[in-house]
Amino acid sequence: METEFTPIASAIGGGLIGASAVLLMLTLGRIMGATGILAGLLTPASRADFLWRAAVVAGMITGPVIYLGLTGGFPAVQVPISTPQMLIGGFIVGMGVTYGSGCTSGHGVCGMARLSPRSIAATLTFMFACGVTVYATRHLIGA
Amino acid sequence: MKRILTAYVIGAIFGLGISLSGMANPAKVLNFFDVAGTWDPSLAFVMGAALLVTFFGYRYVLGHNAGPILDKEFLVPTARDLDGKLLGGSALFGIGWGLSGFCPGGAIPALGTGQTDVILFVAAMIAGILAARMLMTFRRPPAPTQA
Repeated sequence: METEFTPIASAIGGGLIGASAVLLMLTLGRIMGATGILAGLLTPASRADFLWRAAVVAGMITGPVIYLGLTGGFPAVQVPISTPQMLIGGFIVGMGVTYGSGCTSGHGVCGMARLSPRSIAATLTFMFACGVTVYATRHLIGA
Repeated sequence: MKRILTAYVIGAIFGLGISLSGMANPAKVLNFFDVAGTWDPSLAFVMGAALLVTFFGYRYVLGHNAGPILDKEFLVPTARDLDGKLLGGSALFGIGWGLSGFCPGGAIPALGTGQTDVILFVAAMIAGILAARMLMTFRRPPAPTQA
């Protein structure tokens, strides 16, 4: 399935992701990591801890609705894979980000921006593993 | 209340950014990694812009303030050592990302579109988080038991 090259929309989106990370640090002093925020929501340390995490997640889910208001349509969510593959992938992502203590937002954006050696190593590792997996599923298996 | 409202608005900025960027679209994410096939380099622009803003923004925020506006202190990870758990977990995450096209930060905002595939992914991901936590608990060295 081909997708259109969208450098400007993608750069604006990336800028907003960065802005949210900076604002969260400025106001609540936290890392904008989807994994960390969600994981803490599952077992919050306190009521106040639960509330800010739930509010961030609720805000995130509002994102596509704001996009709808601005553009007149929801952002595209095209799924070129089977449901079992999606479920297996989701389970593996959940395990991986828990052992790896972060994902694309936490390590890839916030940690890399802090030049954290752990985050740089984690990001290089998951980008490489993702590339190999895409190559294997698209060009080796069933090619 | 100020904290909750602030957190909500920041989450919404993130979610709008993800929506605009294409990170909520598995087809686009997978195409970024498919250099040998239907390559779409857009996500390099997402990562590049996000890193640029965060790099300079963090320098300003962490360099010019003693603490955050609405909390006591900046909670920034201090660990620096690389271990098998970090690298193995990240490799596992990369495999799951390559299979599904969703990372957590892409999938949570995508829930807002109400599509079934996203809900299934997030449910499976939460199951994976809980499973990993259980495994981590089991693999801790057992406390000495009394006979």
